[in-house]
Amino acid sequence: MNLTEVVRLTNAEVVAGSVENENVETGFCSDLMSDVLTLDTDNMLLITGMSNLQAIRTAEMADIRSILLVRGKRATPEMIQLADESNMVIMETTFSMFNAAGILHAAGLKAVY
Amino acid sequence: MIELNYKIEGGNFSKAGYASSQVKKKLKQFNIASKLIKNIVVALYEAEVNIVAHAANGEIEVQITPGKVLVYARDEGPGIPDVEKAMQEGYSTASEEVRQMGFGAGMGLPNIKKNVDVLEIDTDVGKGTTLKMIKNIV
Repeated sequence: MNLTEVVRLTNAEVVAGSVENENVETGFCSDLMSDVLTLDTDNMLLITGMSNLQAIRTAEMADIRSILLVRGKRATPEMIQLADESNMVIMETTFSMFNAAGILHAAGLKAVY
Repeated sequence: MIELNYKIEGGNFSKAGYASSQVKKKLKQFNIASKLIKNIVVALYEAEVNIVAHAANGEIEVQITPGKVLVYARDEGPGIPDVEKAMQEGYSTASEEVRQMGFGAGMGLPNIKKNVDVLEIDTDVGKGTTLKMIKNIV
């Protein structure tokens, strides 16, 4: 799924990076970064309400390039700067995690497990 | 051999991950499979977060050799009274602050073990802990 689809389906705003050429195959919802760090998946969209620097660091270490912040959480300037340095995309949606995940899954984004 | 050293400041979550990020950038300059790099930096990042979460301060030393990457994560922290328990998934002594950062779920040490070939824990209660991690890169 192209990230432009993610943006359209969740009515999201792109606050870091560029979505046009980014594709994701799977999605994973978690506010617990410890769980994100146990994954071994490429081309994954991280759907999280954890809006802090450690979410970006976690994504960086786990080779995750696409993050969707849910529940109206906003990325801080420090998060956006770090995401830019690592060529990451951050999107923000006001949808709940359940709502965003449900819509994206129904549209073909696969579960990691 | 290339050696990298970083000081880690206990309690400073805004900087947690900086060392791991620098190591990742360095490892990418070598001909190492991206999956192996990910294993190394995930283990290192977990160790770095552990130092920030539990210790007053610490240091990370990384040695990159042709066949393996060796990492020492040393801290001046409380030590681990029961290593066996700490290795169990779900067991944690982390503070509320650490949990609010998205960590402290008792997954750190088990996940480090999963990502490296060798994990040795040398801990002294009241003094500190040293993790030795080895990842073969051949």
